[in-house]
Amino acid sequence: MMVNVLFYVFGAILVLTALGVITARNPVHCALFLVAAFLNSAVIWLLLQAEFLALTLVVVYVGAVMVLWLFVVMMLDVDVEKLRQGFTRYAPLGALIALVVAVQIGLVVHVRKLGLGDTAAAVVDRPADHSNTQELGHLLYTQYLYPFEIAAVILLVAIVAAITLTMRDRPGQKVQDIGKQVAVRAKDRVRLVKMDAEARQ
Amino acid sequence: MTAPDFAISLVYIAYALAVLLTFGAILTWVERKQAAIMSDRIGANRAYVRIPFTQVKLIWLGLFHGMADGLKLLLKEDFKPLAYDKLAYALGPWLAIVPVLLVFAVVPFGGTLDPGRLFPSLAEWFGGRTYPMQIAPIDAGILIVFAFSGITIIGAMLAGWSSANKFSLLGALRAGSQLISYELVMGLTVLGIVLIFGTVNLGTIVERQSGTVLGFLPAWGIVYQPFAAVLFLIAGIAENKRIPFDLPEAESELISGYFTEYSAMKQGVFMLSEFIEIAVIGALFVTLFFGGYNLPWMNDTGFVFPGGHAVPLSHGWVVVLQLLTFLGKVFLLCSFQILVRWTLPRFRWDQLLRFAWKFLLPLAIANLVVTAVALWAQQA
Repeated sequence: MMVNVLFYVFGAILVLTALGVITARNPVHCALFLVAAFLNSAVIWLLLQAEFLALTLVVVYVGAVMVLWLFVVMMLDVDVEKLRQGFTRYAPLGALIALVVAVQIGLVVHVRKLGLGDTAAAVVDRPADHSNTQELGHLLYTQYLYPFEIAAVILLVAIVAAITLTMRDRPGQKVQDIGKQVAVRAKDRVRLVKMDAEARQ
Repeated sequence: MTAPDFAISLVYIAYALAVLLTFGAILTWVERKQAAIMSDRIGANRAYVRIPFTQVKLIWLGLFHGMADGLKLLLKEDFKPLAYDKLAYALGPWLAIVPVLLVFAVVPFGGTLDPGRLFPSLAEWFGGRTYPMQIAPIDAGILIVFAFSGITIIGAMLAGWSSANKFSLLGALRAGSQLISYELVMGLTVLGIVLIFGTVNLGTIVERQSGTVLGFLPAWGIVYQPFAAVLFLIAGIAENKRIPFDLPEAESELISGYFTEYSAMKQGVFMLSEFIEIAVIGALFVTLFFGGYNLPWMNDTGFVFPGGHAVPLSHGWVVVLQLLTFLGKVFLLCSFQILVRWTLPRFRWDQLLRFAWKFLLPLAIANLVVTAVALWAQQA
């Protein structure tokens, strides 16, 4: 009962914040709404007793992804009016994507028809000392070892690719080496020349 | 949740809040006084409280300076910049302080409490139930710590961005990149402890530090993971943005960094959250590496010294001793952090990031690998 009430409360907030993400005019506010949406979905996962997943969602998305996102958004001066210029041109494509997403949501809601069983009944009440983290870790390193390791390698490759793309030497690239700047001495920059006084002309 | 459980939870929450806010207030004074002692000065000694209708002035080593500061912050004008983002500006201080307070919910500040034995008149009401002295004895305790410390990053970044000030924005960007780098180091060092004790539950981690190793050493985390302890403390001080890692608010470069444009109590909230975070980092360090509330050779019934000599203690004394032990250790850690703050100069910005990614991170990974191999060799 209590869980149901909480679910609807947090579900409603989640939907509202998600709407806020796409309607807010200021990009930083959008990011903030997204943070709130992540926190609310974490709460919903907590209600499903998936505490490890819920906390990882907060650690990864709020603590890392959104910080990097804010980083970018704060540095950009996004011109909202310019973004809206192509609205009518892209509207049909957007409508198509919206339709596909809506159908997919419908399929998930009526998941019983796909033969996946009643997912709502799959939440089993566990004793208070049940360790969600331990069980997940056990599964990841036994049954799902290969998918897990492959995902890790793919992520590593992506990281290496991102770093090599940004760190490669480009023509005309300007790099600041603070160590060199600080180590500069006066004689590296200024040349004092001794010369005799010239006769007045 | 029954009524006794609820009452106990309320008592715990009140205790935790009282401890944290007291630490926050006292540490402002400790910082001044300790800095004064370290640099051979007298330090804060002017503020006093006069007992009404007498000439008796209570100075108490300048302890009332904190009170005077608090009053000053509360009574000052709340000055706002001309162009600022209202939503983010208002959220900033809250996101800075609330997660710091919430982290303490998973920190065990004492052993097991048996309220029925403590207050015999209430024994029937409690029905012999016992409670671990921890507000939220949940399994994924360490994850909670990292989840909440991630939210504080957003607080600092929002505060800097919303102020519409270039110095603040620079401070916010510095805060974001610094905190994200050092959080990674912190997470990796904690993994060693998780491997050793086989759990992410902070309560269980402290319980497993109650015995002894080799017959005489207390089985604290620092004995198993001395390396990780040092790395954790470094990363912790960096997370708290204090010297030598105070670049987000470096006053000689950025005025006051991301909270330059905050005044009155809003600025006070940022300051208070910094001081509370000193205590929280101390509490986490004590929990993970210094055996939490455990004293060497002490268990739930009293002391058992290595020679076989036993000193039994009543439950009440054990509880009080555990609470005081925890607070004492946390205070020592806080004092150590202040010692570091008044000893070292500030990093340069590129050095700071290089230190995290090219020095601390490889060390943390090496520590993790060595720990894993050692444990594997022990089990095989």
